[in-house]
Amino acid sequence: MEATELHENARKTVAKFINAKDASEIVFVRGTTEAINLVAYAWGLRNLKKGDEVLVSLMEHHSNIVPWEIIAKINGFTLKYGKVNEDGTLDYEDFESKISSKTKLASLSHVSNVSGVINDVKRIAKVAHENGALMLVDGAQSVPHMPVDVRDLDADFLAFSGHKMLGPTGIGALYGKKHLLETMEPFQGGGEMIKDVIFNQKTGHCSIDWNEPPWKFEAGTPNICGGVALMEAIKYLENIGMPEVLAHEKMLTEYATKTMQNCCTKLVLYGTSDPALKCGIMPFGIAGLSSHDVALFLDNNGIMIRSGFHCAQPLHQVFKLQSSARASFYIYNTREEIDRFIEVLKEIEQF
Amino acid sequence: MPAVEDYVARIEETCGEEKGAVVTFKYDRKEEAIAKIMKKAKLKNSLSGIIFDLTFQGVSFRMFSSGKAIFKGVKNKEAIHDLLAALLL
Repeated sequence: MEATELHENARKTVAKFINAKDASEIVFVRGTTEAINLVAYAWGLRNLKKGDEVLVSLMEHHSNIVPWEIIAKINGFTLKYGKVNEDGTLDYEDFESKISSKTKLASLSHVSNVSGVINDVKRIAKVAHENGALMLVDGAQSVPHMPVDVRDLDADFLAFSGHKMLGPTGIGALYGKKHLLETMEPFQGGGEMIKDVIFNQKTGHCSIDWNEPPWKFEAGTPNICGGVALMEAIKYLENIGMPEVLAHEKMLTEYATKTMQNCCTKLVLYGTSDPALKCGIMPFGIAGLSSHDVALFLDNNGIMIRSGFHCAQPLHQVFKLQSSARASFYIYNTREEIDRFIEVLKEIEQF
Repeated sequence: MPAVEDYVARIEETCGEEKGAVVTFKYDRKEEAIAKIMKKAKLKNSLSGIIFDLTFQGVSFRMFSSGKAIFKGVKNKEAIHDLLAALLL
């Protein structure tokens, strides 16, 4: 099979995985960050103006804040922030009250990368559409962990990364409704994204015809290896079943929450502990120790977690924290590993 | 002439905490680096031979047997470099 055919098969696989109508609605990008930047520059830069509003929440990853702040400075539109409750859940009343006819885009994470809280993006998409706004879903933490159906959510855009779902780094996808991708201007210029570049002797310039989506947004040689690897990762996950992936993570989260609460005396879990409201992400702290101390101690015992503010500083402000330690689970984790994790936490509590 | 770089793979600033840095020692020199630091710094507390709470020249830091150390409240990378030079050389 030819490389091009494999690459386009990867696109079809991604489309089917998130139930997109057509493979042409899938743009390959480097990851979620690039996908959101693509929307910000290719759609936002051209369509947003003074008086318009874009709405995000305080639980967003920096990649769903910074591009909008940059574009807002150029175009003069207003970026608004929806509040987050103390338990890390979205304040729906506040968020929805901020959507009006001025709102042109609501951009929200499907699952928080810090708290694991699952947002009802379908509900927000409905309110956004009723007000004539578009809905962008940051699916970096949802697409790898649960069934995601872009048509059911009625998302206009959805962004996610391959490296969070058993694929390699440097590959991800942007889903965009076909009619939106067709009317958007390109993000970057170069090969592949054009049909013709004709030099006009009279004007001394080139006249350029864009290629059709999704290629219009894929300037330069594509990451063929990345696309094919992402396809294989999706096949692997589909073979397990996304409902089963979610159920496994929920089981581990519930088990870890109960055991941590029962066995650890100096440990504080941040955000909601209700497994019904979240995925397998657990932010925590240990009294008297910094998140980095905890991470390095666990690292010493062969357990990897993340420490710091996880590229979500505003949410840490909501939690009144400088940083947090974050454990996260996936299909390869077991209850036995959680038992070991808690044994080590009990050990570091003695320090 | 020995240098800090003989022992240190990288110095990374931490995010989220008060200004700090994580020092990672070179894998093949970490035992030597840890031994040198343990000789010069004052041990305040330790746990299971994994984590060591130390002070040196008025600076508190924590060292891990995996070959990493966290320095907190140190102004910049240069200040940490100077401290490491005093500890390692």
